[in-house]
Amino acid sequence: MDWTLFWVGATFATYIGIAIWARAGSTNDFYVAGHGVHPVINGMATAADWMSAASFLSMAGLIAILGYGGSVYLMGWTGGYVLLALLLAPFLREFGKFTVPDFVGDRYYSDTARLVAVICALFVSFTYIAGQMSGVGIAFSRFLGVDFNTGIFIGMGIVFIYAVLGGMKGVTYTQVAQYVVLIFAYTVPAIFISLMLTGNPIPQLGFISNVKGEDVSMIQKLSDTLTSLGFSEYTTTNKTVFDVFCITAALMFGTAGLPHVIIRFFTVPRPSDARLSAGWALVFIALLYTVAPAVGAFSRLNVINTVNDTTYVAPGEDYAAQAAALEAQGVTPSPAWFTRWEVTKLVGFEDKNGDGIMQIRGPNAPDGLENEVTINNDIAVLASPEIAQLPDWVVGLMVAGGLAAALSTAAGLLMVISSAVSHDLCRRTFFKGMSDKSELRVARLAAAGAVMAAGFMGIYSSQLAFVAQVVAFAFGLAAASLFPVILLGIFWKRMNREGAIASMLTGLVPTFIYIWHFKLGAGKDAGPDEWFLGVSPEGIGFVVMILSIIVGVVVSLATKAPPQDIQDLVEDIRVPGQRRPHGIADAGMSPAE
Amino acid sequence: MSENQSETTPGIDGPEIDGPEIDGKAYWKEVIRLTLTLLAVWFLVSFGAGILFREVLDAVKLGGAPLGFWFAQNGSIYVFVALIFYYCFAMNRIERKFRIEG
Repeated sequence: MDWTLFWVGATFATYIGIAIWARAGSTNDFYVAGHGVHPVINGMATAADWMSAASFLSMAGLIAILGYGGSVYLMGWTGGYVLLALLLAPFLREFGKFTVPDFVGDRYYSDTARLVAVICALFVSFTYIAGQMSGVGIAFSRFLGVDFNTGIFIGMGIVFIYAVLGGMKGVTYTQVAQYVVLIFAYTVPAIFISLMLTGNPIPQLGFISNVKGEDVSMIQKLSDTLTSLGFSEYTTTNKTVFDVFCITAALMFGTAGLPHVIIRFFTVPRPSDARLSAGWALVFIALLYTVAPAVGAFSRLNVINTVNDTTYVAPGEDYAAQAAALEAQGVTPSPAWFTRWEVTKLVGFEDKNGDGIMQIRGPNAPDGLENEVTINNDIAVLASPEIAQLPDWVVGLMVAGGLAAALSTAAGLLMVISSAVSHDLCRRTFFKGMSDKSELRVARLAAAGAVMAAGFMGIYSSQLAFVAQVVAFAFGLAAASLFPVILLGIFWKRMNREGAIASMLTGLVPTFIYIWHFKLGAGKDAGPDEWFLGVSPEGIGFVVMILSIIVGVVVSLATKAPPQDIQDLVEDIRVPGQRRPHGIADAGMSPAE
Repeated sequence: MSENQSETTPGIDGPEIDGPEIDGKAYWKEVIRLTLTLLAVWFLVSFGAGILFREVLDAVKLGGAPLGFWFAQNGSIYVFVALIFYYCFAMNRIERKFRIEG
């Protein structure tokens, strides 16, 4: 796999080059890239920031398995941008500081509120980043023959260089490069597979087209194929409508509340740029997210067509000779890509009935045979160039794409973690007299520390059970604890300190306990019957979010209204260009700086 | 990096921004109306077409795909993109009307 090495080396060299070019000179550079990023550039950086290793490698395969059930991810991880553009980003940009806890602490005139926000931001970001780092380790160990831990150290080294040197400025421009790498790697194979299966080069159109040369639609054919093998129909799900609703909502509101996404909108010059930038971000995200369901459906159909009921050729044997011998006997050999990927253990075959033929079967197979083939979710994307019979250099690009997705997300999260320590904890809470210069030093140090911490969490990720539950924990907590206080802080002047703290704690504690209980604790094996209102742990964030808003409103109304100064602040951030300094929170930190 | 915003003095309340008085309340009312309208569309294409009314819509086919299924996996995303750009357009119009420089 020489091309893999080439692409990984070439892309990493580019990232380092950008890091050296984009060094940060002040805290303003380090936290928000000097507020000088063009909205389209920021949109591209946000897209890379947002699309993680899981979006790039696993999502298409997950949709392929879940069928309609996979829609929760597609709608959930894009719809949140509408909320960001309409409800949060422009107003937070007008507020004009560096972090999410900055807003919470200043708007609710309370260091306690700031601290609770820091805790939420840190927990969400660490959960998320550990998964990225372990993704980097897996990519290296599987495809470049490097040890898992060494792979993580290499990834840490790269992120260290551009995050510590360049801060948000370095991160922004490397993310742009990473977006280009990952979108190219994703869409090129998709175009060729679409052409192969449906005759239409645009995957989004191939998705709704007929199978090439046949009078049946691709989705209908997939559904028919699945039911004939004992799977359920592709366009259905076993989840209840209410649960699908809650999961989608939790992912949408969670997306809007994730600190590493929100802070990207602080880097543009003006509030109008922030909303425009959210639009561009979603354009760049949609380029991948509208292709993903097509890739998923194509690959499911393709895998069944090419693997099912073929005769197994084991890896290690001479594939070409074996295949030719089998064909001479009049039987179909298993495809070459299956044999190649079996070495990585991402696909597997267990000959349960000893006939040497690979049977793919669902739980209700009409012929009563057992399933013998396992396919990892990542295969839908990783093997897509080989399935489309593209040249080797495209195959090698997939790993570089996966690494780009993991590293760009990791870097965005690192910025949240380091600014939470250097800015929110040091400058705003414990050492208020700190100079800009020493804050920048602490920020670099915190970024370095965060890289190490993230790396070690990646290394021990298999022992840290909560890391595998990113979707539930990170999105649930962001939706239930961060989104409500930010939203109410902008749209309801009467929301006060007491209400905010009560609301955040109401969001944090029950969500955490519920997910822990049903994902890792005693209720791990419990079914939907035992869930609260039948809502899965992935969707509980939405239910608790509603509760958290109610608690916030009730407690606010029962206690004293916020000071006039704060109410003026809220009025100011609603109107672009009207932000004036207000009281103690802005002393020495004018938003116009 | 310098910005072309007006100079402000930290720690002092309410220095007036240069230029004519802006009717912030009327402006905010229009913004809220626009936001609620667009959020209604946002809800209808995703939670509506993609989830709550999916089975009804699935009776209709778009190309080869059941319509509700298509909204859930592709259609809603296109509408989301259009919604944000329309919001930018409409907000610029409102801001011009109220002589606000966003």
